[in-house]
Amino acid sequence: MTDLNLSRRFFVQSSIGAAGGLLLGFHVPQAQAAKTESRPWTTPTKGVEVNAWLSLDPDGTVTIRVPHTEMGQGGMTSVALMIAEELDVEWSKVQAVFADPNRHLRNDKEYKVMSTHGSQLVWLQHPHIMQAGASARERLKEAAALAWGVPRAQVVAKQGVLTSGARRAAYAEFAAAAANVKLTEEPAIKQAKDWWLLGTDVLRLDIPHKVNGSAQYAIDTRLPGMVYAAVKASPVPWGKLKSFNADAIKNRPGVIGAFELRAVAGKRGQPDLQDAVAVVATSWYRAKTALDLLPVEWDFGEAASVNNASLSAHAKKVLGETGLMTKEDPKALEAIAASKKVVTADYERPFEAHLRMEPINATVHVQDDRVDVWSPTQDQSAAILLVADQLGVDPKNVYAHTMFLGGGFGGNGAGGTGVTRQAAELSKRLKRPVKVLWSREEDIAQDKQRPMAAARMTASLGANGLPEAINTRALWYSIDKMNQIGPATADYGIRNMPYNIALRHHERHNVETHVPSSTHRGPGANQTGFITEVFADEMALAGGWNPLDWRIEMTKGKDDWQRVLKTLKEKAGYRTDLKKGEGMGVAVVECHGTIAAACATVSVSRGGQLTVEKIVIVADCGHVINPRGAVEQIEGAVVYELSHAWLGGLEMRGGRFVNTNFDSYNILRIDQTPEVEAHFALTGGKKWGGMGEPAGPPVPPAVANAIFAATGKRIRSTPFRLHDLSWA
Amino acid sequence: MAISLSINGVSHSLDIEPETPLLWVLRDEIGLTGTKYGCGISSCGACMVHVDGQPAKACQTAVSAVAGKQVTTIEGLSKDSNHPVQKAWREVGVPQCGYCQSGQIMSAAALLQKTPKPTDSQIDAAMAGNICRCGTYQRIKAGIRRAAQISGA
Repeated sequence: MTDLNLSRRFFVQSSIGAAGGLLLGFHVPQAQAAKTESRPWTTPTKGVEVNAWLSLDPDGTVTIRVPHTEMGQGGMTSVALMIAEELDVEWSKVQAVFADPNRHLRNDKEYKVMSTHGSQLVWLQHPHIMQAGASARERLKEAAALAWGVPRAQVVAKQGVLTSGARRAAYAEFAAAAANVKLTEEPAIKQAKDWWLLGTDVLRLDIPHKVNGSAQYAIDTRLPGMVYAAVKASPVPWGKLKSFNADAIKNRPGVIGAFELRAVAGKRGQPDLQDAVAVVATSWYRAKTALDLLPVEWDFGEAASVNNASLSAHAKKVLGETGLMTKEDPKALEAIAASKKVVTADYERPFEAHLRMEPINATVHVQDDRVDVWSPTQDQSAAILLVADQLGVDPKNVYAHTMFLGGGFGGNGAGGTGVTRQAAELSKRLKRPVKVLWSREEDIAQDKQRPMAAARMTASLGANGLPEAINTRALWYSIDKMNQIGPATADYGIRNMPYNIALRHHERHNVETHVPSSTHRGPGANQTGFITEVFADEMALAGGWNPLDWRIEMTKGKDDWQRVLKTLKEKAGYRTDLKKGEGMGVAVVECHGTIAAACATVSVSRGGQLTVEKIVIVADCGHVINPRGAVEQIEGAVVYELSHAWLGGLEMRGGRFVNTNFDSYNILRIDQTPEVEAHFALTGGKKWGGMGEPAGPPVPPAVANAIFAATGKRIRSTPFRLHDLSWA
Repeated sequence: MAISLSINGVSHSLDIEPETPLLWVLRDEIGLTGTKYGCGISSCGACMVHVDGQPAKACQTAVSAVAGKQVTTIEGLSKDSNHPVQKAWREVGVPQCGYCQSGQIMSAAALLQKTPKPTDSQIDAAMAGNICRCGTYQRIKAGIRRAAQISGA
C-alpha cells in the first residue's frame, strides 16, 4: 500500500495585492512536468506527527492530512495551502494525503469537520484549519526555544527552518519535541495582509493524477475475492417489491444469485434503503446483463399517477392559497392592492438530477472484526455511521477509505443514497467484498433529486418606477419531510432579496412529494436565483429602468453588492441597444456568503435557435486563497447551472422520471459552452465566502433576461429548450 | 473460448463471453481502471480508448471485435505521462473531478494525431461526444490548443 504523494511541483506566483476592490482575470500559468505517484490512501506512516494535521520528515517533506473530500473543487489543495501558510514551509516540500476517517471518529472528531459541503471549506473552516498550522509552528518554536535556552519570541520559523541568532535547525529536528509541547495560549491565525502563500496562483495537487488514469475513485476499487452487484430499486420511489423470478437468470454466466433488499421502516431519511433487487455475479457486466433479464414485479401505489402536468397543476393551486407567513407585512399587501402599477408573474422550475460523472457505487467488505467501506461520499464519517447502523456494529470498527470523487454536487453528502447500505447488506450476506454499482439509468432514477420550485411574485411600483411593496409566495418540495434544507433554504433567497423595497410580505408553502430529494450545488439559490432575478428584470423594465442601473440603484447603501454590480458594469460592457436577435442580460445572487453577478450575451436565430455567447462573472467571496482554483470553480459552476436551465428538466410520467441517460437528460457539451470570464471584487477584511457554488445561480436568470432582450420573449420556467424562442 | 488481446502493448488471453464490452474487460478483468464507465450507451465518452490508433468507445466495442488489434488506454498513452496532451492538461489545469478526463484526453490525442492544428470548430466537432459535468470545456479547448503548440515545437 503506497501513500499518495500529491506533491506541488507546480507553483506560480502571480501579482495579487491586498484585499479591497481587487480584480483578477483568467490566467493560465506555465508549469513543469509532473511526477505522478499512486493512489490516495489514508494516513502515511512515515514522518513525525506534530499534530493530527501534519507530519514532518527529516528530508524536509511536510505531509498534510486532508480530512475533506476532493471532488474537483480543489479542497485537497486548499487545506494544504492554508496549513503551509501558517506553518511557513516551502510549498514545493508539501504533500497532501487524505486523513483517516476512522481516526476522526475514534478521537472524538479530531479534524472537527470531515464533511465536504456547502462551499464551506475555505469560507467557514479556514479558522480551525489555519489554526492547526499556526499551532504546530508555535510548538516547533517553543521546542527549539527550550532546547536553546532562549524565549520563544527569539525563535524565527520560516520556510521550514528554525533560527535564533546563530542557531539553526530544520523543523523536523524538533518535530517529536513539538508534539509534546503544551502552549499556554494557542496562537491567532494570520491576517490576510501577512499572507505569503495564500492569494497566489497554485496548480491543484490532484491534477497530475488525473491525466494518466492513476487517480483512484471508489468505482475503481478492486479487492481479492470481490464480487459485483447490479441493483434495481423501485423505479417509482417507495414502490413495493412484489416478486422476482431468480430461476430465469440462474444459468447466466457468472451469476451467483439474486437478492431481495427491503426498505426499513422508520429509516426513510436521506440515506435510505428502498425496496430493490440485486443480482450478484463475478463481473459487473454479467450482473447487469442478468438483472436486465430478471422478471420483477412491483406495486407502485398511488404515486404511479403523478406526472409533470399534475405536479404543475398542484403548484398553481397551492400558489393561490395563503401559506406560512415567514415575513408578515399587511401594509405591503395593502399598498399593492391600492396601486395602479402592479407587476406580477408566476415562476416554476423542475426536478433536476445531480448526474455525477461517476455513477453511484460502494464497495463494502464485512469481516468478523472490521468493516471496510469505499464509497464516493462527501462525508466519510457519515458513511461509517451508515454502515455501522445497517450492520449493527460499533462505528469504531468501520473503516472508510477516502477516494477521489467523480463529482459530488451536493448529492453525495451524509451517505445521500442507499448504495452504501446495499453494499453493506450484500457483503454481510455473502461474507465477501461486494462492489455495488448503479447503472447510469439507476443513478438517475434513484438519485436524490433537486426539488422543483415555484413562486408567485407581485410588486407595486411608485412614481419613479421603482418598487414600493412586494408580496412573494414560494413553494418548495421538502426533503423527505425535513423542514430544513429544502424549504428554509428556498425561503431565504426570496425572502431576503437584496433590494431596498420598503414594504415586504412573504409566504411559504411546504409541499410533500414521493420523490426523495437532497441538497444540490447551490441549494435553494440554484432554483430561487432564477425566480428573484428574472422578476427583478421584469420590475426594472416595467418601471422604465435599465436593468443593471436598477440593481445598482436598488442596493444603495450595501457596499458589497454595489462593488460587485459596479464592477460588472465596468467589465461586462452591458448594453441594451443590440439589434434584434442579440441580447445581454444581468443577474446577481448571494449564496454561501458570496455575492456573484452574471452578465450573459446571447443570440437567438429567427427560428429560435439559442446560442449563449459569453458569460461574465463578478464575485465577492471576501478573500481568495487560490485565484486559479476560484476561477476554475466559477467556470464550472456557470456550465453546471446553464446545463440545467437550458437543457435539463426531469420529466415525470407514471410516478417515475422518463429521462434515463445522457441521451434523454442532457447537459452542456463543448460546442454549446459559452466563453466564461471571471473577475473578483473582494471586500476582504472579515468577509469570507464560499466559491464552489455561488457563480452558478445568477447564470440562468442572466441568460433568460438576455433572451428577453434579444427576442421580447419572457422565460419564467426552465428548461429553455421547451420554450419557442422564434421571432419575426 | 479464449480471446487474445493486445492492450498497451501487453498480450492478454482471456476466457470470456465474446460480446462483453471492452470497457468491462479493461476494468474488471485486466484491472486497467483509468478507462471509465459513464453511460454504457455511447453518449458520454468517458470510456474512450484507441483501437489501432482510432478513437473507440469501449462500452460499445465487443471484446471479440478487438482481438488481434492494438488497444491503447489512458495508461498506455505515454510511458511517462508526458504525451503533449497530458503535458498541456497539467499546464492549463484542465481536470476538476477528473472522472471524464481519461476519455477527454484520449479523444484529444486522437484529434491531434489526425489534425495537428485543429480550428475551434474542429475541436468542437471532435470533442462533442465527451461530456464533462464539472464544465471544464473552456480549459479543454485551451489544453488542445496548447498541446498542438507543444507537438509542433
